[in-house]
Amino acid sequence: MRPKLKTSTVIMLLSMIVVAGSLIAATVGPYTIELPQLAAALLGQGSDPTVDTVLFNVRLPRIAASLLVGAALAGAGTVYQGLFRNPLVSPDILGVSAGAGLGAAAGIFLSLPILAIQGLSFIGGLTTVALVYLVARSVRGHEPGLVLVLSGVVIGALAGACLSLLKILSDPYDQLPAITFWLLGSLANVTPQELLSATPAVFAGLVPLVLLRWRMNLMALGDEEAASLGLSPARLRLVFICAATLMTAAVVTIAGVIGWVGLVMPHIARLLVGPNFQRLLPAAMLLGAAYLLLVDTVARNLGQAETPLGILTAFVGGPVFLWLLTSGRRAW
Amino acid sequence: MELSAVNLAFGYGRQRVGKNLDLQLSGGEILCLLGPNGCGKTTLFKTLLGLLPRQAGHIDLDGRDLNEYSRAGIARRMAYVPQAHEGVFAYSVHEMVLMGRNVHQGLFSGPDKADRLRATAALQDLGIADLAKRDYTRLSGGQRQLVLIARALAQDAPLIVMDEPTASLDFGNQARVLAQIVRLAERGLGIVFSTHNPDHAWRYASQVLLLKDGRALACGAPEEALTERRLSEVYGLPVRVEALADHQRVCVARPASRS
Repeated sequence: MRPKLKTSTVIMLLSMIVVAGSLIAATVGPYTIELPQLAAALLGQGSDPTVDTVLFNVRLPRIAASLLVGAALAGAGTVYQGLFRNPLVSPDILGVSAGAGLGAAAGIFLSLPILAIQGLSFIGGLTTVALVYLVARSVRGHEPGLVLVLSGVVIGALAGACLSLLKILSDPYDQLPAITFWLLGSLANVTPQELLSATPAVFAGLVPLVLLRWRMNLMALGDEEAASLGLSPARLRLVFICAATLMTAAVVTIAGVIGWVGLVMPHIARLLVGPNFQRLLPAAMLLGAAYLLLVDTVARNLGQAETPLGILTAFVGGPVFLWLLTSGRRAW
Repeated sequence: MELSAVNLAFGYGRQRVGKNLDLQLSGGEILCLLGPNGCGKTTLFKTLLGLLPRQAGHIDLDGRDLNEYSRAGIARRMAYVPQAHEGVFAYSVHEMVLMGRNVHQGLFSGPDKADRLRATAALQDLGIADLAKRDYTRLSGGQRQLVLIARALAQDAPLIVMDEPTASLDFGNQARVLAQIVRLAERGLGIVFSTHNPDHAWRYASQVLLLKDGRALACGAPEEALTERRLSEVYGLPVRVEALADHQRVCVARPASRS
C-alpha cells in the first residue's frame, strides 16, 4: 500500500514534532521552566542564572543527546535492514550494540580517554557485525533471515559474557558503577564534552549514507542483482556497514546499549514513506529522534529515580518485534 | 556489440557445472537456450554476466575480455533479467524500473527527470504503465517478470540476458513477452533467453543452444539443431516434431507407452 501522505509532508510534520517536542522537553523536569523563561534564556536575554544553568548544562545537552542517539540508532537500523534484506535486524539484534559496548567497556576498564573509548567501541561493533555476517553466510539450508538474527543473538551474548568478565575484573568503587549504569542505557550522565565527541562521529557515518542513499535501494535487491545493475556490492556493503556501525558505536559510547529503537523506527518509517531509502533514511532518523526524546523525557520524570532507557524502549519494542515476527508479512 | 564464449567451463567454486561450451551473440539476434532442469542454464548466464568467475575458457564482450570490464562497464553493455522473485521490500514498480538506470547516474546522485521518463517509457513499451504506482511485491508472478524486463530495457544495454522470462507466465503473457523479445531484436538488441519450451525456439529464436549436463548438444539455427533425436535425448523421452499448415514447427512429447 502506498502512503497517503506526501513524503515532504511527512518529513515536515516529523521535523515540527521534533522541534516542538524538544521545546516542551526543555520545560519539564524537577525544576520547571516556564515557556517565556525558556524563550528568554534561548535568546540570551535570560535574567535567572539558575534557569541558564539547568537549561544549558543539564537539559539541553540531554535533549540533544536523545535526538542524536535516537536518530543514529534508527538510521543504522534502516541501513542494516536494507543491506541484509532482513526487516528483523537492528544494531542491537545483530549484536553490534553489545560488541560496541564491550569495546567501550574495555576502554573504561583501561581508563582510556574518550576518543580511544570511541575507537574501541567502533572496532568492537565492526568485529561483531563481521562475525555475525560470516557465521550467517556459512550456515546453509535454513531460513537465512532467521539465521542472521540467531547468529546476531549468539555473538551478542558472547560479547555480553566478555562484558560480565570485565565487570568482575574492574574496580568495584570506580569503574564498576560506571560500566554497569552505562550498560543499562541512559542519557542521565551525558556531558556536553561527550556530546561534542560523539556528534562528529555520527555525522561522519551519515555522510556516506546520504551520498549513497539511492544506491542503498539496489543493495536491498541482493548482491547478484546489484552487480548486474552495475554496482560492486562487496565494496559498497563494506562502506554501508562501516558507516552504520560507526554511528552505532558513537552513540553507544555516550548512551550505553539502548535496544529496539533501531528495529522499530525503520518499520514505522517504511509504513509512512515506503522503502525508498532516499525518503526512508530521513523519516526513520526523525522518528528515532522524536521517539527517544519522548522516552527519555518520560524516563527522567517518571519517578524519583531515573528509569534506564533500555527498560522503557524494550516495553515498546518487544511487543512490536513479536508482532512483526508473527504477522508473517511477506513484503515490507 | 558482440558477446562470445569459447571453450567455456563454468560452475560454482570448484564444482563444475558445464564445460567446452561455445556461443556467440550479436546485436539483432535471439539466442535461445534449451535444456532440462538443472542442466546449468542459470549458472551459464551468471558466468556470462561476470557474476560468477569462469573456470576456464574465454568470454569476449565487444572485443575485450570480460574480466577487463568494471561492473558498471558490463552493465552498460549487458542487462540481466533474473527469474521473477518476490522481493523483500515493497518498492513501487516505477522505483524498481528506475533502478535499471543505475549505470547512467553518478555514484552519489539519484535518478533525475530523464531517468524517470526513461523508466516510464520502458513500462509503456511493455504495456504495463498502469502498474507504475503498484507495489512490486503485490504483483502476480507474470507482472513481476514484465517489470524486471522493463528494468532491463531502462538499462539501455545493447545485450539482454533473460533467465526463463516466460517461466511464471500464462499462455497469453508468454506470447506477449516473446513478441516483445522479437521486437527488441528487430531494434538491434541482442538477446539470450532460456526456456523450457522448444516451440519458443522455432518460433522466435535465430539460434538455439541445446544444453544437457552442461554440455552443448547442438548449436545453430533451430531447424537444424532441434531434431527429434536430439530433443528426445535431452529430455529423456520420445519427442515428435510436427510442422503446422503454415510450416511453423511444434514438438509433442510422447511418453513411452506400454502398447
